[in-house]
Amino acid sequence: MASADAHFREKVRWHPLEIAFWLCTLLPFVVTPNYLSLASQIAITALFALSLDLILGYAGIVSLGHAAFFGVGAYAAGLLAKHYWGEPLAGLVVAAVAAGIVGYATSHIVVRFRHLALIMLTMGLGLLLHEAANSASGLTGGADGLQGVRVGSLFGFRFDMFGRTAYAYSLAVLFLCFLVCRRIIHSPFGLALRGIRENATRMPAIGAPSLAHLRKAYTIAAVMAGIAGALLTHTTSTVSLETLSFGRSADVLVILILGGAGRLYGGIIGAIIYMVARDQFSGINPQYWYFWIGLLLVAVVMFLPNGILGGLGALYKKSK
Amino acid sequence: MLSSLATVLFDGFAYGMLLFLLSVGLSVTLGMMNFVNLAHCSFAMVGGYATVTMVSKFGWSFFATLPMAFLAGAAVALLLEKLLFKKLYRASDLDQCLLTIGIVFVSIATFAWFYTTEQQSVPAPFPRDQPISFLGMSFGRYRAFLIVAGLAITGVLILLLEKTRFGAQVRAAVDNQRMARGLGIDVDRAFMFTFALGGGLAGLGGALSIEVVGLDPSFALAFLVYVLIVVAVGGLGSIGGSFAAAVVLGISDMAGKYYFPWLGAFVIYLVMVALLMWRPAGLFGKR
Repeated sequence: MASADAHFREKVRWHPLEIAFWLCTLLPFVVTPNYLSLASQIAITALFALSLDLILGYAGIVSLGHAAFFGVGAYAAGLLAKHYWGEPLAGLVVAAVAAGIVGYATSHIVVRFRHLALIMLTMGLGLLLHEAANSASGLTGGADGLQGVRVGSLFGFRFDMFGRTAYAYSLAVLFLCFLVCRRIIHSPFGLALRGIRENATRMPAIGAPSLAHLRKAYTIAAVMAGIAGALLTHTTSTVSLETLSFGRSADVLVILILGGAGRLYGGIIGAIIYMVARDQFSGINPQYWYFWIGLLLVAVVMFLPNGILGGLGALYKKSK
Repeated sequence: MLSSLATVLFDGFAYGMLLFLLSVGLSVTLGMMNFVNLAHCSFAMVGGYATVTMVSKFGWSFFATLPMAFLAGAAVALLLEKLLFKKLYRASDLDQCLLTIGIVFVSIATFAWFYTTEQQSVPAPFPRDQPISFLGMSFGRYRAFLIVAGLAITGVLILLLEKTRFGAQVRAAVDNQRMARGLGIDVDRAFMFTFALGGGLAGLGGALSIEVVGLDPSFALAFLVYVLIVVAVGGLGSIGGSFAAAVVLGISDMAGKYYFPWLGAFVIYLVMVALLMWRPAGLFGKR
């Protein structure tokens, strides 16, 4: 048993690069204070991608409908702030619970399928929720989005137009969720998930119930996506129908694969590169930024397979 | 009631023919090589814009441009297969997704650059479109043309796949790619032709759909969802499956829009989810 214990202990230890990375996330406060709202958007997208990594990278569930949970969280937080209570932290909790319930309910369907059927079912469920929110315009505001969301102050700090509070808040939540993910990945449960990803029928034979584990992972990922959605509501004070859209599901998938799935930092790196590139390219020419993003994706696949982190890791190993 | 039902069935069937043309190539190539080509609708867009250009710039008649739309789609598919896709047959699904989504983005921006993001149209193919009257019900001529063309192409495809040597190679590769290679079939070559054929059919579908749904650069993403639905519901590598799925989805989409307009696209997604939960491998799929 000691060796298993040592294995996990070894894995959990923080690498100096990781510490350096998280210190670097504080740089925008000092270096680019004009870009703090972009930085908070990146942190939110990174959290969203991280939640997808938990099911895609580690449990092997490819989802094209992950925005469903993001949107549920965003709307839950928005409706709470609009009608009852503007305090952000309560909004996070409510969003997490709402997304978790939807995630747990759909997990019973989703985990039974593999391959193309799985992708299409997640996409179908996401699209159904999008259409439902569009039709229920009395509750959600329909295509106009939810107006009149008043977000209260956070520990006395207000969300202003410079985005200082917004970035500090998003970054803190991202970091806490990252710690939770890291703990999950390096636990026996995380190891079992990877086993299921590699061979779902063999794992029950050694005592890991595949479907129950996958349901658990799917629900946790839904909760985190819901939290990310709530962050978006709190930092922008509106909820649009776009939070539930197929485009957002596809974007986050692209971001995660771009960074490298199954590597914990892949989603975060992907979010930084994708969002900064989009911001810069659309600054140069607002109509055609798609071209350069597309070229970037093609180049990454051609020269750095398995995403940026995967490709760099392979290059690093080769050079040694 | 009866005549509205007939209209829904007729228009839905015509729409299903379009969906079939757009998706059959993807279904067969996905079944053969497991290559996830999300850029399939970009080929359709190439065909559509080829038709628009030839009609509006060079004054060709709409029908004369259709073979050109086919060739344009096939040529672009062949080019991309040679340049990029060939290197990624053994890469992971996720890398294939990323590459082809990248190509979709590039194609959207390229067409937006040359043709602006405005919706393109062509002059009506049947200028004085007198609906055909039949048993007191009337049907649009263009949609009748779509149905006839769709059925003819399906027939040719089935003959090609069932009766020719090339078709036998393709079927063998879909059933078991490694075994087919072991028997000396040049799977890569067969795949290249299938890919070009699929791209060409998509190009043709893109050209034919201008009259029904219009054409703008977002086509490559907007129709991707529908095409994926047809492929998944029909089952990989099955022409009959794609045909059945396209018709079912076309008719349920039309019926949804006609009878429950407030539900939007809800009906088509619900049909897909129900069908996939019933048969995860698709209606005619084996895996």
